[in-house]
Amino acid sequence: MPTLNDIVSKPDLLVSGHRMCAGCGIAPIIKTILAASDKPVIIANNTGCLEVVTTIYPYTSWSAPWMHLTFENSAAVAAGIEAAYKAFRKRGKIDKEVNILAIGGDGGTYDIGVQALSGALERGHKFMYVVYDNEGYMNTGNQRSGATPYGASTTTVPAGKESIGKPQWRKNIVEIVAAHRIPYAAQATVHQTLDLFKKAQKGFNADGPSFLAVLQPCTTNWAYDPSLTMKYSRLAVETNFWPLYEVENGRIHINFKPRERKPIEEFLKGQTRFKHLFKPENGHVISEMQRMIDEEWARILKLEESEVRI
Amino acid sequence: MSIVKSLTGAQAAAEAMRQINPDVVVAYPITPQTPIVEYFAEFVANGIVNTETIPVESEHSALSAAVGASAAGARAMCATSSQGLALMWEIVAATPGLRLPIVMPLVNRALSAPINIHCDHSDVMGTLTLGWIQIFCENAQEAYEHMLLALRLAEDERVLLPVMVNQDGFITSHAVEPVKIYDDETIKKFIGERKLNRYLLDVDHPFTVGPLALTDYYFEIKKQQEDAIYAAKSVYLEIGKELSSITGKGYPYFEEYKASDAEAIIITLNSTAGTVKDVVDEMRNEGKRVGMIKPILFRPFPYAEVREALKNVSSVGVFDRSIAFGAYAPLYSEVRNALYDLPKKPKIQSYIYGLGGRDIFKSEIRFSFNELLDGKVDPNIQNYLGLRG
Repeated sequence: MPTLNDIVSKPDLLVSGHRMCAGCGIAPIIKTILAASDKPVIIANNTGCLEVVTTIYPYTSWSAPWMHLTFENSAAVAAGIEAAYKAFRKRGKIDKEVNILAIGGDGGTYDIGVQALSGALERGHKFMYVVYDNEGYMNTGNQRSGATPYGASTTTVPAGKESIGKPQWRKNIVEIVAAHRIPYAAQATVHQTLDLFKKAQKGFNADGPSFLAVLQPCTTNWAYDPSLTMKYSRLAVETNFWPLYEVENGRIHINFKPRERKPIEEFLKGQTRFKHLFKPENGHVISEMQRMIDEEWARILKLEESEVRI
Repeated sequence: MSIVKSLTGAQAAAEAMRQINPDVVVAYPITPQTPIVEYFAEFVANGIVNTETIPVESEHSALSAAVGASAAGARAMCATSSQGLALMWEIVAATPGLRLPIVMPLVNRALSAPINIHCDHSDVMGTLTLGWIQIFCENAQEAYEHMLLALRLAEDERVLLPVMVNQDGFITSHAVEPVKIYDDETIKKFIGERKLNRYLLDVDHPFTVGPLALTDYYFEIKKQQEDAIYAAKSVYLEIGKELSSITGKGYPYFEEYKASDAEAIIITLNSTAGTVKDVVDEMRNEGKRVGMIKPILFRPFPYAEVREALKNVSSVGVFDRSIAFGAYAPLYSEVRNALYDLPKKPKIQSYIYGLGGRDIFKSEIRFSFNELLDGKVDPNIQNYLGLRG
């Protein structure tokens, strides 16, 4: 297993000079994942934060072959690249092995891109799909997505006198993906570099499609101090809000179990999107959130214990 | 060497694809779906071609995957029709912007609503501003040959743009005709290999495809795209000449049928041209000076050449198989534009016909020719053929 030093000393495929917000977690996520590949990586990237800040023409931050088409279809684009690769291999036009990586934000994955993703997983293309999940349409200014958590205030479902913010819990994208019976799916986060690295390695080396959902706290629209991204990532894990686990050939393995899980308030505190929950009349929302988190944690513990394949 | 096969238009397009043997073909069967990729899938299943196929989950993903494959360096194709083209519209717009030489046969059919699966040109006409080269085919033979020409045109380094090769839904796509298929080796030589400068699979030379270009560059990039589609005009003739040496036929911008001395001319696209030619023959036998023009290369539109061809004609009738709702019909609009610079303009009249697959009859074409010959022409009246009530 490499050390952190090994990971950071690999040549950067995503180089500096991009225009991400100060404190944004996307670059460390992508750099860690790219460092985990032992082959050249070809990237298909959905429209979103990562795409717009890295390729403002005539500049590019990418030292790897990289392509953007539209918002919802990086899985389909990756499928096309994979087919081209197979055709080239068959026809003797390439002898190198490559890894193909599709990247999207949560809007382009949970919502508008879920069909292209599902199709590509079902067809079994050899590629890895990564969602950097900042729990909303953050590039366009904090609109609600299928990944936005219960109780969060967004510009499309704001909190107000008659609204607690988003009234639904987010989709379970990892289990939706795992239901395609792919060899590897995992949930990771930005501050756990080695955990993310190992998961990316497993994903790249999987015998078929693989999937990583990586939590990416958004300094701009969760609205906290840019120095605190790693802290919020850690709190998301320590409160069981974002459990670190993987589904290998259908079997769940939890990678981190907090000795004592922290109350969800610790994660919510200081984020403007949850500020309204601390008003006395919204106390029930936090209790409900806590109940859902604990119930979900108990469920995945049971899944892990049972060794039943999902 | 060539052999004559009994083929539908869809099979003829698939035959061209067989000879091209693309690296990647992507398929999705939307309603109304086209059998082109099914015929092609049989070639794959039987080892006649060694293409990688991707049976995707939507038409949007179909063109997306073809674009990914093409950017990766592959010769990539897909086929569609009607609703499928409508669903892939976002990617239809992006493909020429990325300068990817994808050839896509399009079986022209009506757009919903109401849902209708029959021949109509509403599907393609809605995409004319997006930057694809558009080629229209009268019959299965043309559908076959124009696929071959289209591939060379798309991939020419002076062009690098996608091409749609249009044929009429059912009338051409599902009707069996004798089609002359030229010798595989000769065609393979004509087709050649795709020349690649920069492509994603060239991992030693990474490059970025599809960046964000803002107010400082977008405009210039779009101008280059426009220059490329205008450049396609002369390249089309050049490649057409090369194809002529195999087929013995010409590949003009438009077909002129008994047009040189005609008083009245009807201009129409695709399969209707065959019926109009029949009527021209009949009326010529009666001593009437009528003729026909059938546009083949529709984007880029050959304005100057159309103007030249019509300069001595008294009356022109333009037949459109689609409506532009609130504007002049698409083909009429182009022809009318082409005539603007003539000092002595022919009279011109618009006829809409055949929407949703309604048949057009020789009697209706004859009726139109007679109107044109009698000078009963009013550019401000929209005429409809075969419309009840």
